[in-house]
Order: sequence, then C-alpha cells, then structure tokens
Amino acid sequence: MISQLTKTERETALFLTALLTLSGLTLGLLGRNDLLGYHGALLAVAGMSLTFLLIKDYYKPEPDPDNRAKYYDDPIKVGLVLALVWAVIGMIVGDWVAWLLVFPEATFDAGWASFGRLRPVHTSGVIFGFGGNALIATSFHVMQRTSRARLADNISPWVVVVGFNLFCLMAATGYLMGITASKEYAEPEWYADIFLTIIWVVYLVLYLRTLARREEPHIYVANWYYLSFVIVVAMLHILNNLAIPISLGHAKSYSLFSGVQDAMIQWWYGHNAVAFFLTTGFLGMMYYYLPKRAGRPIFSYRLSIISFWGIVFLYMWAGSHHLHYTALPHWVQTLGMTFSIMLLVPSWASAGNALLTLNGAWGKVRDDATLRFMMVAAVFYGLSTFEGSFMAIRPVNSLSHYTDWTVGHVHSGALGWVAMITFGSIYTLTPWIWRKERMYSNKLIELHFWLALVGTMIYVFAMWNSGIIQGLMWRAYNTDGTLAYSFIDSVAAMKPYYVARAIGGLMFLAGAIVCAYNVWKTAKLPTVTEYTPDKPPLPARGRPSAAAQAAE
Amino acid sequence: MSKPVRDPYTGRMTTGHEWNGIIELNTPVPKLVLLFLALTFLSSVIIWLLAPAWPGLNSYTKGILGIDQRTTLEHSLEKSAIKTAQWRTDIETLSFEDISRNSALLATVRDHGERLFEDNCAMCHGPDGKGGDGYPNLVDDQWLWGGDPETIMETLRVGVNSGHDEARISQMMAYGRDGILTLEQRRAVAAFVISLSSSDHTTPEDAETLSLGAEVFEQQCVSCHGPDGRGMQSVGAPNLTDDFWIYGGDITSIDNTLRDGRQGVMPNWDERLSLADRKVLTLYIDDLAQGASQ
Repeated sequence: MISQLTKTERETALFLTALLTLSGLTLGLLGRNDLLGYHGALLAVAGMSLTFLLIKDYYKPEPDPDNRAKYYDDPIKVGLVLALVWAVIGMIVGDWVAWLLVFPEATFDAGWASFGRLRPVHTSGVIFGFGGNALIATSFHVMQRTSRARLADNISPWVVVVGFNLFCLMAATGYLMGITASKEYAEPEWYADIFLTIIWVVYLVLYLRTLARREEPHIYVANWYYLSFVIVVAMLHILNNLAIPISLGHAKSYSLFSGVQDAMIQWWYGHNAVAFFLTTGFLGMMYYYLPKRAGRPIFSYRLSIISFWGIVFLYMWAGSHHLHYTALPHWVQTLGMTFSIMLLVPSWASAGNALLTLNGAWGKVRDDATLRFMMVAAVFYGLSTFEGSFMAIRPVNSLSHYTDWTVGHVHSGALGWVAMITFGSIYTLTPWIWRKERMYSNKLIELHFWLALVGTMIYVFAMWNSGIIQGLMWRAYNTDGTLAYSFIDSVAAMKPYYVARAIGGLMFLAGAIVCAYNVWKTAKLPTVTEYTPDKPPLPARGRPSAAAQAAE
Repeated sequence: MSKPVRDPYTGRMTTGHEWNGIIELNTPVPKLVLLFLALTFLSSVIIWLLAPAWPGLNSYTKGILGIDQRTTLEHSLEKSAIKTAQWRTDIETLSFEDISRNSALLATVRDHGERLFEDNCAMCHGPDGKGGDGYPNLVDDQWLWGGDPETIMETLRVGVNSGHDEARISQMMAYGRDGILTLEQRRAVAAFVISLSSSDHTTPEDAETLSLGAEVFEQQCVSCHGPDGRGMQSVGAPNLTDDFWIYGGDITSIDNTLRDGRQGVMPNWDERLSLADRKVLTLYIDDLAQGASQ
C-alpha cells in the first residue's frame, strides 16, 4: 500500500503519523490519572505503529506514474475489510447482550460485562464500525466511478479510513472501561468527538474535491445522498456533542444543554443519525450498486430527485417523535408527528424507485442472491419507514414507546435494510476492486442470504410480539381501576421472545461470518488482468491529467 | 453528455445522463405518489389546525380542539381516581380488622397489593417476599421492628435509615474497623452468637473461646440485642437466636458484620405511595407472613 505513495506523499504521511503520536502522548500525559490516559496511549501506539510501517517501506521504489491514471482502490479494500471485521465484532456483542437479557446473571460480576457497557459496543460497532466503514469504502468507489476521476489525493482517504477506525476503537474500548457521555448513539467523550470532527472534515473536503474533477456535468444522485450523509452527520455530531470537559485531563464532560433542551437536541441528533447515517448514505449505496448489478436504468430520475429533497427536508423535523408524552411541549410533538407522516411518501418513493428499477431484471433477482439482497433491502426499507411513520403517531406511540416494538422496528431497518443493502453492495464490489472474475462462492452468498432473511424475520417477529404484549400489559387495568400486571410480570412474559430474538440474531451473525469468509477467499482468487467492469477515469479538460500530474 | 434514447424494455426515454454505465429513465413521478404526498400533507395541515402545532414569537398555535397533553393527563388521572375512589375511601377509613372481614375489599387488597409489592418492594425483598442477601425475609414470624399491621405501616411510612425526619434508625457498629474489638474478640463473639442459634447450643469452638465470646457479648451486644440475644424491636436489632440471617450466619459473614458494621436502608414510602396504597401493602405483607406461618 505504501509503495503506491510517492516520496512527497510518504513524507506527508510520516508527518501526520508523528502528529498522531504526539497528540496521543499529550493526551496520555494530561490524562495519566484518568481513564483518558489509556486512550492517549492507544493513539500514541497507533501513531507509532503507522510511523514504523511507513519507515519500513520508505525507500521502496516510487509508484509507476501510469497507475496514477487509474482509480485508487486500496483505501476501499481496507475500508471494506474493516467493515466486515466490525460487523462480526458488533454482531457478536449484539447477540451476547441478547442472551444477557435471557440470562441476566451472566455478567461474571464484572463491570465491563454489564448490559449498560456492552450494549453501546454493539450499537457503535454495527452502526459506525460496520455501517460507517461500508459507507466510507463504497463512497470512495462511487465518487470515483460516477465522476470518472481518481480520488483527489492519495493521503486524505487514508486519514479518513484510519482516523475513523481509531475513533471506533476509542468508542468501543471506552464503553468497556465505563467512559460514556450518556447520549444514545453519541456516547464517545469530548476528545474522541473532536478527533472525529477533524476526520469528518477531511472526508467532506476529499469528497467535494473528487466531485470537482468530474466530467459529466450532472452529479449522479448517489453522490447527493452520500454528500447529505457527510454534511448532515457533521452538523449533528458537532451540535449534539457540545460539552465542557471537567478538565483537559479527564475523559468526563458535561453537555452544554440541560433538561428538555438536552433531550430535544439528543433526539434531533438521534433521529437524524437514523436518517442521514443509516438512510441517505445507504440510499447512495443502493442507487449505485442496484442498477449496476441489475443492468437496468433507474426507473425515474424525477422520483429520485423529489425523494431526495423530501427526505432531506422532512427528516430534520421528525426527531421530536422520540419524546412523545414527555416534558417536551405538545406543539413540538405535533410537529414531529406530522412531519413523520409526510416523510412516508418520499421514503416509499425511494423504495419504489429501487424496486421498479428491477423491472426487466426480475429473472436476475431470482437467480442472483446478491441482487436479491438488494431487492429485499428495498422491501425492508419500505416496511420499516411505514412502521416508523406509524409509530410516530402519538396514540400509537403511547402503546409502542419504551417497549421492544421500538427494538424490533430499529432492527427491521438495521438488519433488513442497512445490512442487506450493504451485503449486496459488498458482494457486487468485492470482485470489482480485487479484480476477480466473480465471488469465491455463489452458494455461500445464497446461504448468507437465507440466514440473513430468516434471522431478520425471527428477530422482528419476536420483538413485535414482545413489544405489543409489553405495551398491552402495562396499560391493562382491572375493573376496580388497579393495574392488572406488575412490571416484573411483563419482564417474565418476555422470556420466550428474548430466546427467539437471540436465535434470530445468531443466524444473522452466522451469515456475516460466512460473508467475511467469502470475501477473504475471493481476495485470494487469481487476479484477472483484462477484466474491468468500469470505464476508465477520463483525462480532465483544462487541467493536467492525473497521470501527467504524477509524472511531474 | 450523451443523447436521450428509448429504453426498449419500458419504452421510456432516458435523461441522456450517463455515469460509468448507469443511466436514468425520465419517467414522470407516478400520479399515485403525488396523490399520497397530497394526502399526507393535507392530513398534517388538518392536525395543525386541530392541535397545538406552530410556534410564534411568544406563544404557539393552540389548535381548534384546545387540547394539551397536560390537561389530557389531568383529565385521565381524574377519571381513574373516580374508578378507585370507593375502595380507596373504604381502605382509608376502615380498621385493619374490618377490612379483613370484607371479602370484596380483601380481593382488591390481594390483587392490588401484589402489584404494589412487585412494583415497589420485590427488587429488594424478592417477588415472593422471602428477602435475599442483605434484605430481610418478610414471610416468617420474625420482625425487626414488629409485625403487627400498625407497626408495619409505620415502617412503610418512614423507612429505615431513610433520611426521613422520623425515620427508624438502626445501626450495627463497625467493631473491627473502629477498633472497638480485636480480631480474637470478634471471632469469639461470633462463635458465641452462632452457639445461640444452633439447636444444641454447641459449636466446634472450645469452651474458653465461648466464655470470652459471652463476656464480649455481655459488654457490647446486650444493649441492642438483649441479654438473651433475642433482639429488640424498638431499635430494630435482629433476633440472633433463630435461624434467619440477613447478612449470613456463617462465621465469616458474622465477622464481616462485626468488622464493618451494618446500616441497612429501607426507603420511606410516604411521599411515593398514598395512605390507601400503604395500607393495602401492609395488609398484603401481613397476609404473606400469616400464609407462611400457617
């Protein structure tokens, strides 16, 4: 990988890894009496390891300038592998906490093994580790191909991939040690947040610079979706994490907001994380890999545009539906509810656009498990957005809120939509970037598809049942006005569903492991020299081509 | 930019854009989508007209229905209060004996009492009331503060070491940590305490240890646990001669108790449960204990 960098780039990289080491040492020194010290040490060790790798290959010959005329796929490979590593870690922890709900005593009396610390390792592991890496890797691929241009430079993609994964590592290890900002899906503390902000700005600038190199005057819709993901996540991340650390030597910080304002900012963040991390980014993925795999034109350009603006505009208002029947003023709840209702149509339009794109390719859907992954993802996207809008209606929410129905809804989106579109994209992308004729085994893809689908169905049906039973038990009264059930009665009633959920999750995890194995074996297949599914990057008009630049 | 062409499968024109092989059809937005978009927007506008919705500078639109979640909640609380009013008044005004004789009221006590117990007490005393490590068993005839209904109800009201102004205060001193007793003395008195509750009043310890233990007991323990070790309900000191132990009855557990002391806490419920609810709980606990002793 380092042999693909020029001398100047290697020097820049060395400067950056030295900077990382120095920041790590500073943080470690400041936080030597606190858990913060461990994260300082983590960054310093990471910085030193990378420096060592760079020095080891520093005197290797410079890359062939002709290579600079090609797409830059190395960071994509690394991002994709890391996505799968995080998928397996995040899903193992997920299934672990699922079993922990069946056997709550299985914590070995250890703090790190408690539900409260393991659960964010699962959520961050799958959302940021798996989802985030998959988004970064595929966006690097899509931005180059749809722009017919190489990534704008060779260093910043590595900053994004390495930096983002260091953030994920700080998040996961921090939770186990007990470091948390106590904000759901925004648990990492101030220093990790600042670190991620820097990485994210590099990502945005890289994306915009690469798009600026495109030849096609129009920007393909997938890029619009990816860009909305990058920009809005930056905005959400910064605002929700505004906090004051108790000192520069402590991991702990306190939010700038308090009370109901804090809750509103948190769920504005939380819901838009679902919207712009777990929805628009993956719609970007869908809009590239689905038509490519199906070999069909997008059903309607117009539909994709109104869906995009509908989703981007309407989602922003919907967060308050997480706070129905709380101290949040009624009018804010009404707005959150109504915008959630209006959001349904653009969401369904996106799902419909995807499914109608498959017209003329349904034979392929039948035979090709990869395309079927993407088709099922679009169906689950439609189902879970309908469910989401439905649950945002206040009277419905009074039944569903605080129950497992919410958990079922989230997983119908996360397993059925996000993970399935990602797996479909990974199976499409892997042979392309590793220059292989095909995936190692189509049978294993087929096996993965059924494990994932059946696992998701078991999970979601179990949680629908348990959630609705919980909700009904909590609101059941006797004729004399007393409660029909105590809370612990409702907990005891959940047990069979929790067992089913953990089994469904285990199947989904098994599928992810099959996928990782398949990708690993594919990377080992003989490379095909003549094969390329892509049109090559175009030499840019009015400025020197990438090849010419590199030769300078 | 390439020219728009006709897609042979659908018969639609493409937009003429092309990105690495991806093309788009210029299909108009389906009428159904526009219809549903209009319907959802319309229903939102209707909801905005009916309910509190849009903020202004100093206030917000109140809506035609004039609803607000606060008044809705108050209304539903009032409605539920009417439903429970009859038995609540009866429970509050009648004596424990009268309630016990009224089978309809007793049914409510048993049913509602179980909910109250499971929602408020079970996390410490266990769903069956049998207690656990550090928490007293309620399903026996041994009581720290007394087991008649009036006393149970008072314990519920003020709690134990709860911080309530009238809280019951109970403290087992930290004889080891505070340097009042030596290790030898603690071991001896622990052995003596075990001998009190074992059926034949014997332990593996020798007579010398037991007499030292008895001596320490005489000096340090009788003021709370009584000369015969049967405890004292006025200070919440447990009976040491029975086979129930809150913190464990083996020599190590007793020594831990002697070393670091104990100061168990039970919250006061006067601010969280109504008089009627506390009375129901009292009767429920009384019922549990009697059921067990029969």
